[in-house]
Amino acid sequence: MTASELVARIAARELSALEATDECLARIASLDGELGAFLHVFADSAREQARAVDAGQRTGPLAGLPVAVKDNMCTRGQPTTCGSRILESFVPPYEATAVARLQAAGAVVLGKTNLDEFAMGSSTENSAYQVTRNPWDVSRVPGGSSGGSAAAVAAGMAPLALGSDTGGSIRQPAAFCGVTGLKPTYGRISRYGLVAFASSLDQIGPMACSARDCALALEVLAGPDPQDTTSSVEPVAAYTSLLESGVGGLKLGVPRSFLGDLAAPMARVFEEACQVLVGLGARLVTVELPNLGAALPAYYIVAPAEASSNLARYDGTRYGFRAPDAGDVLTMFKRSRSRGFGAEVKRRIMVGTYVLSAGYYDAYYLKAQKVRTVLSRDFEKAFQEVDLIVMPTTPSTAFKIGEKSSDPLEMYLSDIYTVALNLVGLPGLVVPSAPVEGLPTGLQLIGRAFDEGRLLAAGHAFQQATDFHLRRPERTSVSQG
Amino acid sequence: MRELTGPEVDHVAHLARLEITLAERESFGRQLGEILTYVEQLSTVDTEGVEPLLAVFARHDVLREDVSRPALGPDLVLRNAPEQEAGQFRIPRILEES
Repeated sequence: MTASELVARIAARELSALEATDECLARIASLDGELGAFLHVFADSAREQARAVDAGQRTGPLAGLPVAVKDNMCTRGQPTTCGSRILESFVPPYEATAVARLQAAGAVVLGKTNLDEFAMGSSTENSAYQVTRNPWDVSRVPGGSSGGSAAAVAAGMAPLALGSDTGGSIRQPAAFCGVTGLKPTYGRISRYGLVAFASSLDQIGPMACSARDCALALEVLAGPDPQDTTSSVEPVAAYTSLLESGVGGLKLGVPRSFLGDLAAPMARVFEEACQVLVGLGARLVTVELPNLGAALPAYYIVAPAEASSNLARYDGTRYGFRAPDAGDVLTMFKRSRSRGFGAEVKRRIMVGTYVLSAGYYDAYYLKAQKVRTVLSRDFEKAFQEVDLIVMPTTPSTAFKIGEKSSDPLEMYLSDIYTVALNLVGLPGLVVPSAPVEGLPTGLQLIGRAFDEGRLLAAGHAFQQATDFHLRRPERTSVSQG
Repeated sequence: MRELTGPEVDHVAHLARLEITLAERESFGRQLGEILTYVEQLSTVDTEGVEPLLAVFARHDVLREDVSRPALGPDLVLRNAPEQEAGQFRIPRILEES
Protein backbone atom coordinates (compact mmCIF):
# COMPACT_ATOMS: atom_id res chain seq x y z
CA MET A 1 0.00 0.00 0.00
CA THR A 2 1.31 3.47 -0.77
CA ALA A 3 1.80 6.05 1.98
CA SER A 4 -1.07 8.16 0.62
CA GLU A 5 -3.49 5.22 0.66
CA LEU A 6 -2.36 4.23 4.12
CA VAL A 7 -2.84 7.72 5.52
CA ALA A 8 -6.32 7.91 3.96
CA ARG A 9 -7.36 4.51 5.34
CA ILE A 10 -6.11 5.35 8.82
CA ALA A 11 -7.90 8.71 8.71
CA ALA A 12 -11.08 6.91 7.64
CA ARG A 13 -10.60 4.45 10.53
CA GLU A 14 -10.61 1.53 8.12
CA LEU A 15 -7.26 0.59 9.56
CA SER A 16 -5.77 1.50 12.92
CA ALA A 17 -2.37 3.15 13.16
CA LEU A 18 -1.29 0.29 15.39
CA GLU A 19 -2.26 -2.27 12.74
CA ALA A 20 -0.28 -0.35 10.13
CA THR A 21 2.76 -0.19 12.40
CA ASP A 22 2.46 -3.83 13.41
CA GLU A 23 2.28 -4.86 9.76
CA CYS A 24 5.56 -3.02 9.07
CA LEU A 25 7.20 -4.46 12.18
CA ALA A 26 6.11 -7.95 11.14
CA ARG A 27 7.60 -7.50 7.68
CA ILE A 28 10.82 -6.20 9.21
CA ALA A 29 10.94 -9.23 11.53
CA SER A 30 10.47 -11.67 8.68
CA LEU A 31 12.49 -10.01 5.92
CA ASP A 32 15.19 -7.85 7.43
CA GLY A 33 17.33 -10.67 8.75
CA GLU A 34 18.27 -11.28 5.13
CA LEU A 35 18.04 -7.73 3.75
CA GLY A 36 19.78 -5.82 6.57
CA ALA A 37 18.02 -2.53 5.83
CA PHE A 38 17.56 -1.49 9.47
CA LEU A 39 20.28 -0.72 12.02
CA HIS A 40 17.78 -0.05 14.82
CA VAL A 41 14.11 -0.94 15.09
CA PHE A 42 12.15 1.08 17.64
CA ALA A 43 9.25 -1.36 18.05
CA ASP A 44 8.14 -0.13 21.48
CA SER A 45 8.21 3.59 20.81
CA ALA A 46 6.65 3.03 17.37
CA ARG A 47 3.70 1.15 18.88
CA GLU A 48 3.36 3.82 21.52
CA GLN A 49 3.25 6.56 18.86
CA ALA A 50 0.74 4.54 16.83
CA ARG A 51 -1.52 4.02 19.87
CA ALA A 52 -1.44 7.76 20.51
CA VAL A 53 -2.70 8.29 16.96
CA ASP A 54 -5.48 5.78 17.48
CA ALA A 55 -6.38 7.54 20.72
CA GLY A 56 -6.65 10.83 18.87
CA GLN A 57 -3.70 12.37 20.77
CA ARG A 58 -1.50 12.64 17.70
CA THR A 59 -2.98 14.10 14.54
CA GLY A 60 -1.70 15.61 11.32
CA PRO A 61 -1.36 14.99 7.59
CA LEU A 62 0.74 11.86 8.18
CA ALA A 63 -1.16 10.57 11.21
CA GLY A 64 -0.28 6.93 11.77
CA LEU A 65 2.08 6.62 8.81
CA PRO A 66 5.05 4.37 9.63
CA VAL A 67 8.34 5.87 8.43
CA ALA A 68 11.96 4.79 8.41
CA VAL A 69 14.79 7.28 8.95
CA LYS A 70 18.32 7.04 7.61
CA ASP A 71 20.68 6.65 10.53
CA ASN A 72 22.51 9.91 9.87
CA MET A 73 19.61 11.98 11.22
CA CYS A 74 19.47 12.63 14.93
CA THR A 75 16.68 10.99 16.89
CA ARG A 76 16.43 12.26 20.43
CA GLY A 77 17.21 9.58 23.00
CA GLN A 78 17.60 6.91 20.32
CA PRO A 79 20.84 5.80 18.67
CA THR A 80 22.27 7.59 15.63
CA THR A 81 25.39 5.83 14.41
CA CYS A 82 25.81 7.13 10.87
CA GLY A 83 26.96 3.61 10.05
CA SER A 84 30.19 4.34 11.90
CA ARG A 85 31.95 2.77 14.87
CA ILE A 86 32.91 6.25 15.99
CA LEU A 87 29.25 7.00 16.82
CA GLU A 88 28.39 3.49 18.03
CA SER A 89 27.29 4.62 21.49
CA PHE A 90 26.10 8.12 20.53
CA VAL A 91 22.58 9.02 21.67
CA PRO A 92 21.57 12.47 20.40
CA PRO A 93 20.14 14.88 22.96
CA TYR A 94 18.03 16.54 20.27
CA GLU A 95 15.88 15.72 17.25
CA ALA A 96 16.71 16.52 13.63
CA THR A 97 14.20 19.05 12.26
CA ALA A 98 13.11 16.69 9.46
CA VAL A 99 12.34 13.96 11.99
CA ALA A 100 10.60 16.43 14.31
CA ARG A 101 8.41 17.58 11.42
CA LEU A 102 7.41 14.01 10.56
CA GLN A 103 6.59 13.43 14.23
CA ALA A 104 4.59 16.65 14.43
CA ALA A 105 2.61 15.51 11.37
CA GLY A 106 1.63 12.33 13.20
CA ALA A 107 4.08 9.88 11.60
CA VAL A 108 5.37 6.85 13.47
CA VAL A 109 9.14 6.32 13.45
CA LEU A 110 9.83 2.60 12.92
CA GLY A 111 13.58 2.75 13.15
CA LYS A 112 16.83 3.82 11.55
CA THR A 113 18.18 2.53 8.27
CA ASN A 114 21.63 1.42 7.20
CA LEU A 115 23.95 3.58 5.12
CA ASP A 116 27.51 3.80 3.93
CA GLU A 117 29.54 5.18 6.82
CA PHE A 118 28.87 8.93 7.06
CA ALA A 119 26.91 8.57 3.79
CA MET A 120 30.17 8.06 1.88
CA GLY A 121 29.54 5.42 -0.71
CA SER A 122 27.27 4.18 -3.46
CA SER A 123 26.47 0.66 -2.30
CA THR A 124 25.78 0.60 1.47
CA GLU A 125 28.70 -1.86 1.70
CA ASN A 126 30.73 0.71 3.64
CA SER A 127 28.59 0.50 6.78
CA ALA A 128 30.59 -0.53 9.85
CA TYR A 129 27.68 -2.73 10.93
CA GLN A 130 26.17 -4.69 8.07
CA VAL A 131 25.70 -5.00 4.35
CA THR A 132 22.23 -4.19 3.01
CA ARG A 133 20.96 -6.39 0.19
CA ASN A 134 18.81 -5.42 -2.76
CA PRO A 135 15.30 -6.89 -2.34
CA TRP A 136 15.15 -7.56 -6.10
CA ASP A 137 18.27 -9.73 -5.99
CA VAL A 138 19.98 -10.31 -2.67
CA SER A 139 23.34 -10.91 -4.33
CA ARG A 140 23.28 -7.25 -5.38
CA VAL A 141 23.72 -3.92 -3.62
CA PRO A 142 20.74 -1.63 -3.01
CA GLY A 143 22.85 1.36 -4.01
CA GLY A 144 23.91 4.00 -1.56
CA SER A 145 24.35 5.71 0.57
CA SER A 146 20.62 5.63 1.46
CA GLY A 147 20.54 1.90 0.62
CA GLY A 148 18.77 0.93 3.83
CA SER A 149 15.93 3.38 3.22
CA ALA A 150 15.58 2.28 -0.42
CA ALA A 151 15.53 -1.42 0.49
CA ALA A 152 13.03 -0.79 3.31
CA VAL A 153 10.58 0.89 0.92
CA ALA A 154 11.14 -1.64 -1.89
CA ALA A 155 10.49 -4.59 0.42
CA GLY A 156 7.36 -3.01 1.91
CA MET A 157 8.92 -2.72 5.37
CA ALA A 158 8.17 1.03 5.41
CA PRO A 159 5.88 2.97 3.05
CA LEU A 160 8.03 6.09 3.42
CA ALA A 161 11.64 6.68 4.36
CA LEU A 162 13.96 9.62 4.73
CA GLY A 163 17.21 9.59 2.84
CA SER A 164 19.92 12.14 2.33
CA ASP A 165 21.60 13.03 -0.95
CA THR A 166 25.08 14.53 -1.19
CA GLY A 167 26.02 13.22 -4.64
CA GLY A 168 23.12 10.94 -5.55
CA SER A 169 22.55 9.06 -2.29
CA ILE A 170 18.75 9.22 -2.57
CA ARG A 171 18.46 8.96 -6.35
CA GLN A 172 20.89 6.14 -7.14
CA PRO A 173 19.48 3.69 -4.52
CA ALA A 174 15.95 4.68 -5.57
CA ALA A 175 16.83 3.66 -9.12
CA PHE A 176 18.52 0.43 -8.00
CA CYS A 177 15.58 -0.60 -5.79
CA GLY A 178 12.70 0.56 -7.99
CA VAL A 179 11.37 3.23 -5.64
CA THR A 180 10.61 6.93 -6.08
CA GLY A 181 13.13 9.32 -4.53
CA LEU A 182 13.32 13.09 -4.39
CA LYS A 183 16.42 15.17 -3.80
CA PRO A 184 14.88 18.59 -3.20
CA THR A 185 16.50 21.93 -3.95
CA TYR A 186 19.38 22.77 -1.62
CA GLY A 187 17.86 24.42 1.45
CA ARG A 188 14.30 23.20 0.82
CA ILE A 189 14.44 20.93 3.90
CA SER A 190 16.34 21.90 7.03
CA ARG A 191 19.60 20.06 7.60
CA TYR A 192 19.53 20.66 11.36
CA GLY A 193 20.37 17.35 13.02
CA LEU A 194 21.57 15.73 9.79
CA VAL A 195 25.11 14.57 10.52
CA ALA A 196 27.17 16.79 8.25
CA PHE A 197 29.10 15.21 5.38
CA ALA A 198 29.50 18.01 2.81
CA SER A 199 27.43 20.93 4.02
CA SER A 200 27.13 22.76 0.70
CA LEU A 201 25.84 19.59 -1.02
CA ASP A 202 23.84 17.69 1.63
CA GLN A 203 20.06 17.57 1.30
CA ILE A 204 17.41 15.43 3.01
CA GLY A 205 14.58 14.00 0.92
CA PRO A 206 11.75 11.44 0.86
CA MET A 207 11.84 7.95 -0.65
CA ALA A 208 8.53 6.19 -1.22
CA CYS A 209 6.38 4.21 -3.66
CA SER A 210 5.17 7.12 -5.77
CA ALA A 211 5.63 10.76 -6.66
CA ARG A 212 2.36 11.41 -4.83
CA ASP A 213 3.84 10.00 -1.63
CA CYS A 214 6.96 12.14 -2.05
CA ALA A 215 4.74 15.21 -2.51
CA LEU A 216 2.79 14.37 0.64
CA ALA A 217 6.06 14.07 2.60
CA LEU A 218 7.63 17.19 1.11
CA GLU A 219 4.68 19.33 2.18
CA VAL A 220 5.47 18.35 5.75
CA LEU A 221 9.26 18.46 5.52
CA ALA A 222 9.88 21.66 3.53
CA GLY A 223 10.19 25.14 4.97
CA PRO A 224 12.52 27.46 6.82
CA ASP A 225 14.09 26.51 10.13
CA PRO A 226 15.75 29.01 12.46
CA GLN A 227 18.24 26.26 13.38
CA ASP A 228 19.58 26.09 9.80
CA THR A 229 20.46 29.42 8.21
CA THR A 230 20.82 27.74 4.81
CA SER A 231 17.20 26.58 4.94
CA SER A 232 15.18 28.48 2.37
CA VAL A 233 12.41 31.01 2.97
CA GLU A 234 10.96 30.34 -0.50
CA PRO A 235 7.22 29.61 -0.10
CA VAL A 236 6.34 25.94 0.22
CA ALA A 237 3.89 24.91 -2.49
CA ALA A 238 0.90 22.63 -1.98
CA TYR A 239 2.72 19.87 -3.81
CA THR A 240 -0.11 17.32 -3.64
CA SER A 241 -2.58 19.82 -5.16
CA LEU A 242 -0.21 20.44 -8.07
CA LEU A 243 0.16 16.76 -8.92
CA GLU A 244 -2.41 16.70 -11.71
CA SER A 245 -0.74 19.53 -13.67
CA GLY A 246 0.70 16.97 -16.10
CA VAL A 247 3.46 17.46 -18.65
CA GLY A 248 1.33 18.64 -21.59
CA GLY A 249 3.15 21.41 -23.46
CA LEU A 250 6.32 21.11 -21.38
CA LYS A 251 9.67 21.20 -23.08
CA LEU A 252 11.99 18.50 -21.80
CA GLY A 253 15.72 18.75 -22.44
CA VAL A 254 17.92 15.72 -22.95
CA PRO A 255 21.69 16.28 -22.65
CA ARG A 256 22.39 13.91 -25.53
CA SER A 257 26.09 14.61 -25.87
CA PHE A 258 26.65 13.43 -22.30
CA LEU A 259 24.82 10.13 -22.77
CA GLY A 260 26.92 8.70 -25.59
CA ASP A 261 28.59 6.07 -23.39
CA LEU A 262 25.33 4.71 -22.00
CA ALA A 263 25.09 0.92 -22.43
CA ALA A 264 22.48 -0.11 -25.00
CA PRO A 265 19.87 -1.67 -22.65
CA MET A 266 20.03 1.36 -20.32
CA ALA A 267 19.76 3.73 -23.29
CA ARG A 268 16.74 1.79 -24.56
CA VAL A 269 14.75 2.05 -21.30
CA PHE A 270 15.68 5.72 -21.04
CA GLU A 271 14.36 6.40 -24.55
CA GLU A 272 11.20 4.43 -23.78
CA ALA A 273 10.65 6.49 -20.64
CA CYS A 274 11.10 9.71 -22.62
CA GLN A 275 8.57 8.47 -25.16
CA VAL A 276 6.04 7.93 -22.35
CA LEU A 277 6.39 11.61 -21.48
CA VAL A 278 6.06 12.55 -25.15
CA GLY A 279 2.89 10.46 -25.26
CA LEU A 280 1.59 12.63 -22.42
CA GLY A 281 2.11 15.78 -24.43
CA ALA A 282 5.66 16.82 -23.58
CA ARG A 283 8.10 17.90 -26.26
CA LEU A 284 11.62 16.49 -26.28
CA VAL A 285 14.58 18.64 -27.32
CA THR A 286 18.32 18.23 -27.11
CA VAL A 287 19.91 20.48 -24.56
CA GLU A 288 23.55 21.44 -24.20
CA LEU A 289 25.24 21.07 -20.83
CA PRO A 290 28.79 21.25 -22.15
CA ASN A 291 30.59 20.90 -18.82
CA LEU A 292 28.55 18.08 -17.31
CA GLY A 293 31.54 15.78 -17.58
CA ALA A 294 33.40 18.00 -15.12
CA ALA A 295 30.82 17.42 -12.38
CA LEU A 296 32.19 14.14 -11.08
CA PRO A 297 35.82 15.26 -10.75
CA ALA A 298 34.67 18.55 -9.17
CA TYR A 299 32.49 16.60 -6.76
CA TYR A 300 35.38 14.38 -5.67
CA ILE A 301 37.30 17.49 -4.69
CA VAL A 302 34.52 19.49 -3.02
CA ALA A 303 32.85 16.64 -1.12
CA PRO A 304 36.03 15.22 0.47
CA ALA A 305 37.27 18.75 1.22
CA GLU A 306 34.11 19.61 3.14
CA ALA A 307 34.08 16.16 4.75
CA SER A 308 37.64 16.52 6.01
CA SER A 309 36.58 19.72 7.75
CA ASN A 310 33.21 18.45 9.02
CA LEU A 311 34.64 15.21 10.37
CA ALA A 312 37.39 17.00 12.31
CA ARG A 313 34.90 17.12 15.21
CA TYR A 314 35.26 13.36 15.80
CA ASP A 315 38.31 13.42 18.00
CA GLY A 316 37.19 11.52 21.10
CA THR A 317 36.72 14.66 23.19
CA ARG A 318 33.03 15.49 23.45
CA TYR A 319 31.14 12.49 22.12
CA GLY A 320 31.74 9.35 20.15
CA PHE A 321 34.49 6.79 20.47
CA ARG A 322 37.64 7.60 22.44
CA ALA A 323 40.67 5.31 22.28
CA PRO A 324 41.25 4.43 25.93
CA ASP A 325 45.00 3.94 25.78
CA ALA A 326 46.34 7.35 24.73
CA GLY A 327 48.73 9.10 27.09
CA ASP A 328 48.52 12.51 25.46
CA VAL A 329 45.84 14.40 23.64
CA LEU A 330 47.29 14.28 20.13
CA THR A 331 47.58 10.52 20.33
CA MET A 332 44.02 10.39 21.65
CA PHE A 333 42.79 12.36 18.63
CA LYS A 334 44.68 10.24 16.14
CA ARG A 335 43.97 6.88 17.71
CA SER A 336 40.26 7.58 18.28
CA ARG A 337 39.83 8.64 14.67
CA SER A 338 41.91 5.84 13.21
CA ARG A 339 40.01 3.12 15.07
CA GLY A 340 36.62 4.80 14.80
CA PHE A 341 36.57 5.53 11.05
CA GLY A 342 36.44 2.93 8.28
CA ALA A 343 38.65 2.81 5.19
CA GLU A 344 36.50 4.87 2.80
CA VAL A 345 35.95 7.63 5.35
CA LYS A 346 39.69 7.81 6.03
CA ARG A 347 40.39 7.85 2.31
CA ARG A 348 38.04 10.79 1.76
CA ILE A 349 39.41 12.67 4.75
CA MET A 350 42.89 12.16 3.31
CA VAL A 351 41.85 13.37 -0.15
CA GLY A 352 40.05 16.36 1.35
CA THR A 353 42.97 17.24 3.59
CA TYR A 354 45.35 16.99 0.65
CA VAL A 355 43.33 19.23 -1.69
CA LEU A 356 42.95 21.86 1.04
CA SER A 357 46.58 21.74 2.13
CA ALA A 358 49.07 24.54 1.56
CA GLY A 359 50.17 24.77 -2.05
CA TYR A 360 47.31 22.69 -3.47
CA TYR A 361 44.22 24.72 -2.50
CA ASP A 362 44.08 26.83 -5.67
CA ALA A 363 44.72 23.97 -8.06
CA TYR A 364 42.07 21.69 -6.59
CA TYR A 365 39.49 23.26 -4.29
CA LEU A 366 39.34 26.76 -5.79
CA LYS A 367 39.31 25.29 -9.30
CA ALA A 368 36.45 22.95 -8.37
CA GLN A 369 34.45 25.83 -6.86
CA LYS A 370 34.90 27.77 -10.10
CA VAL A 371 33.72 24.75 -12.06
CA ARG A 372 30.57 24.82 -9.92
CA THR A 373 29.90 28.35 -11.15
CA VAL A 374 30.45 27.19 -14.74
CA LEU A 375 28.05 24.28 -14.24
CA SER A 376 25.51 26.57 -12.62
CA ARG A 377 25.57 28.87 -15.64
CA ASP A 378 25.18 25.88 -17.97
CA PHE A 379 22.03 24.81 -16.14
CA GLU A 380 20.70 28.37 -16.02
CA LYS A 381 21.14 28.65 -19.76
CA ALA A 382 19.52 25.28 -20.37
CA PHE A 383 16.51 26.23 -18.24
CA GLN A 384 15.97 29.32 -20.36
CA GLU A 385 15.05 26.90 -23.14
CA VAL A 386 13.44 23.96 -21.35
CA ASP A 387 11.11 23.34 -18.41
CA LEU A 388 12.69 20.12 -17.20
CA ILE A 389 15.79 18.12 -17.98
CA VAL A 390 15.57 14.34 -18.21
CA MET A 391 18.45 11.93 -17.77
CA PRO A 392 19.11 8.37 -16.72
CA THR A 393 19.91 8.02 -13.01
CA THR A 394 22.68 5.44 -13.24
CA PRO A 395 24.93 3.98 -15.94
CA SER A 396 23.92 0.43 -14.95
CA THR A 397 21.46 -1.54 -12.84
CA ALA A 398 22.40 -2.64 -9.31
CA PHE A 399 25.84 -4.26 -9.28
CA LYS A 400 26.92 -7.33 -7.34
CA ILE A 401 27.95 -7.08 -3.72
CA GLY A 402 31.75 -6.90 -3.71
CA GLU A 403 31.98 -6.04 -7.39
CA LYS A 404 33.29 -2.50 -6.92
CA SER A 405 34.28 -2.44 -3.28
CA SER A 406 38.01 -2.85 -3.92
CA ASP A 407 38.22 -0.01 -6.45
CA PRO A 408 37.16 3.38 -5.00
CA LEU A 409 37.34 5.22 -8.31
CA GLU A 410 35.19 2.62 -10.07
CA MET A 411 32.60 3.04 -7.28
CA TYR A 412 32.65 6.82 -7.69
CA LEU A 413 31.77 6.49 -11.38
CA SER A 414 28.33 5.07 -10.51
CA ASP A 415 27.39 8.65 -9.47
CA ILE A 416 28.19 10.13 -12.87
CA TYR A 417 24.61 11.23 -13.65
CA THR A 418 23.67 12.42 -10.18
CA VAL A 419 26.47 14.55 -8.69
CA ALA A 420 25.96 17.62 -10.86
CA LEU A 421 22.68 18.52 -9.14
CA ASN A 422 24.31 18.66 -5.73
CA LEU A 423 27.05 20.94 -7.03
CA VAL A 424 24.47 23.42 -8.35
CA GLY A 425 21.74 22.81 -5.76
CA LEU A 426 18.95 21.85 -8.17
CA PRO A 427 16.17 19.34 -7.39
CA GLY A 428 15.97 15.88 -8.95
CA LEU A 429 13.23 13.27 -8.86
CA VAL A 430 13.81 9.62 -9.70
CA VAL A 431 10.86 7.50 -10.83
CA PRO A 432 11.13 3.80 -11.68
CA SER A 433 11.43 3.10 -15.42
CA ALA A 434 11.40 -0.25 -17.25
CA PRO A 435 13.58 -2.99 -15.77
CA VAL A 436 16.68 -4.36 -17.47
CA GLU A 437 17.10 -8.11 -16.99
CA GLY A 438 14.64 -8.04 -14.10
CA LEU A 439 16.39 -5.23 -12.24
CA PRO A 440 14.89 -1.76 -11.71
CA THR A 441 16.10 1.40 -13.44
CA GLY A 442 15.24 5.00 -12.75
CA LEU A 443 14.34 8.01 -14.87
CA GLN A 444 15.80 11.21 -13.44
CA LEU A 445 13.80 14.42 -13.82
CA ILE A 446 15.61 17.66 -13.05
CA GLY A 447 13.92 20.96 -12.35
CA ARG A 448 14.63 24.61 -11.73
CA ALA A 449 15.42 25.66 -8.18
CA PHE A 450 12.36 25.28 -5.92
CA ASP A 451 10.29 23.89 -8.80
CA GLU A 452 9.53 20.63 -6.96
CA GLY A 453 5.84 21.11 -7.75
CA ARG A 454 6.42 20.72 -11.46
CA LEU A 455 8.90 17.89 -10.95
CA LEU A 456 6.50 15.89 -8.82
CA ALA A 457 3.65 16.53 -11.25
CA ALA A 458 5.78 15.22 -14.11
CA GLY A 459 6.73 12.16 -12.06
CA HIS A 460 3.08 11.63 -11.16
CA ALA A 461 2.02 11.91 -14.82
CA PHE A 462 4.66 9.31 -15.72
CA GLN A 463 3.36 7.02 -12.99
CA GLN A 464 -0.23 7.41 -14.18
CA ALA A 465 0.92 6.06 -17.54
CA THR A 466 3.23 3.30 -16.25
CA ASP A 467 3.17 0.68 -13.51
CA PHE A 468 6.92 0.28 -12.84
CA HIS A 469 6.58 2.02 -9.47
CA LEU A 470 3.92 -0.48 -8.38
CA ARG A 471 5.99 -3.57 -9.12
CA ARG A 472 7.44 -5.31 -6.10
CA PRO A 473 10.21 -7.87 -5.85
CA GLU A 474 8.71 -11.38 -5.85
CA ARG A 475 10.55 -12.71 -2.84
CA THR A 476 9.13 -9.99 -0.62
CA SER A 477 5.58 -9.84 -1.97
CA VAL A 478 4.81 -13.58 -1.92
CA SER A 479 5.38 -14.37 1.70
CA GLN A 480 4.16 -12.70 4.77
CA GLY A 481 1.05 -10.79 3.66
CA MET B 1 49.44 7.21 -12.92
CA ARG B 2 50.72 9.28 -10.03
CA GLU B 3 51.32 7.89 -6.58
CA LEU B 4 51.86 9.78 -3.33
CA THR B 5 55.19 9.00 -1.67
CA GLY B 6 55.33 7.54 1.83
CA PRO B 7 56.42 10.83 3.42
CA GLU B 8 53.61 12.67 1.55
CA VAL B 9 51.03 10.21 2.86
CA ASP B 10 52.45 10.55 6.37
CA HIS B 11 52.25 14.34 6.17
CA VAL B 12 48.61 14.33 5.02
CA ALA B 13 47.70 11.72 7.64
CA HIS B 14 49.23 13.90 10.34
CA LEU B 15 47.30 16.96 9.13
CA ALA B 16 44.13 14.83 9.16
CA ARG B 17 44.97 13.52 12.65
CA LEU B 18 45.01 9.92 11.51
CA GLU B 19 47.40 7.13 12.49
CA ILE B 20 47.91 4.88 9.52
CA THR B 21 49.34 1.40 9.25
CA LEU B 22 52.15 0.49 6.87
CA ALA B 23 49.61 -1.25 4.64
CA GLU B 24 47.39 1.85 4.58
CA ARG B 25 50.42 4.01 3.82
CA GLU B 26 50.96 1.99 0.68
CA SER B 27 47.28 1.65 -0.38
CA PHE B 28 46.40 5.29 0.36
CA GLY B 29 49.46 6.41 -1.60
CA ARG B 30 48.26 4.51 -4.63
CA GLN B 31 44.53 5.31 -4.27
CA LEU B 32 45.04 9.01 -3.55
CA GLY B 33 47.27 9.14 -6.62
CA GLU B 34 44.54 7.58 -8.74
CA ILE B 35 41.83 9.88 -7.37
CA LEU B 36 43.96 13.01 -7.77
CA THR B 37 44.90 12.02 -11.31
CA TYR B 38 41.21 11.56 -12.08
CA VAL B 39 40.11 14.92 -10.68
CA GLU B 40 42.95 16.74 -12.43
CA GLN B 41 40.95 16.54 -15.67
CA LEU B 42 39.23 19.66 -14.31
CA SER B 43 42.18 21.64 -15.61
CA THR B 44 40.62 21.34 -19.08
CA VAL B 45 37.59 23.42 -18.02
CA ASP B 46 38.06 27.09 -18.86
CA THR B 47 37.50 29.05 -15.65
CA GLU B 48 39.30 32.21 -16.69
CA GLY B 49 37.64 35.15 -14.92
CA VAL B 50 35.05 32.90 -13.23
CA GLU B 51 34.24 33.50 -9.57
CA PRO B 52 34.16 30.45 -7.31
CA LEU B 53 30.68 29.38 -6.19
CA LEU B 54 30.84 29.93 -2.46
CA ALA B 55 27.22 29.22 -1.56
CA VAL B 56 24.24 27.79 -3.40
CA PHE B 57 21.18 30.11 -3.20
CA ALA B 58 22.79 31.97 -0.32
CA ARG B 59 20.68 34.04 2.01
CA HIS B 60 23.05 36.69 3.18
CA ASP B 61 23.09 38.13 6.66
CA VAL B 62 20.70 35.71 8.26
CA LEU B 63 20.12 37.34 11.61
CA ARG B 64 17.87 36.75 14.57
CA GLU B 65 16.82 38.87 17.50
CA ASP B 66 19.61 39.12 20.05
CA VAL B 67 17.70 37.40 22.84
CA SER B 68 18.54 34.26 24.72
CA ARG B 69 16.75 31.07 23.76
CA PRO B 70 16.49 27.76 25.53
CA ALA B 71 19.44 25.51 24.71
CA LEU B 72 20.66 22.09 25.73
CA GLY B 73 21.80 22.26 29.34
CA PRO B 74 25.22 21.05 30.50
CA ASP B 75 23.80 17.70 31.64
CA LEU B 76 22.53 16.84 28.15
CA VAL B 77 25.62 18.23 26.47
CA LEU B 78 27.91 16.12 28.64
CA ARG B 79 25.81 12.97 28.44
CA ASN B 80 27.79 11.57 25.50
CA ALA B 81 31.20 12.62 26.83
CA PRO B 82 33.75 9.80 26.97
CA GLU B 83 35.08 11.31 30.21
CA GLN B 84 33.92 14.26 32.24
CA GLU B 85 34.78 15.96 35.47
CA ALA B 86 33.16 18.86 37.33
CA GLY B 87 30.80 19.65 34.46
CA GLN B 88 33.56 19.72 31.87
CA PHE B 89 35.01 17.42 29.21
CA ARG B 90 38.09 15.65 30.51
CA ILE B 91 40.99 14.86 28.17
CA PRO B 92 44.54 13.55 28.63
CA ARG B 93 47.33 15.95 29.39
CA ILE B 94 48.26 18.23 26.51
CA LEU B 95 51.92 17.77 25.55
CA GLU B 96 53.99 19.86 23.22
CA GLU B 97 53.58 18.60 19.67
CA SER B 98 56.93 17.75 18.20
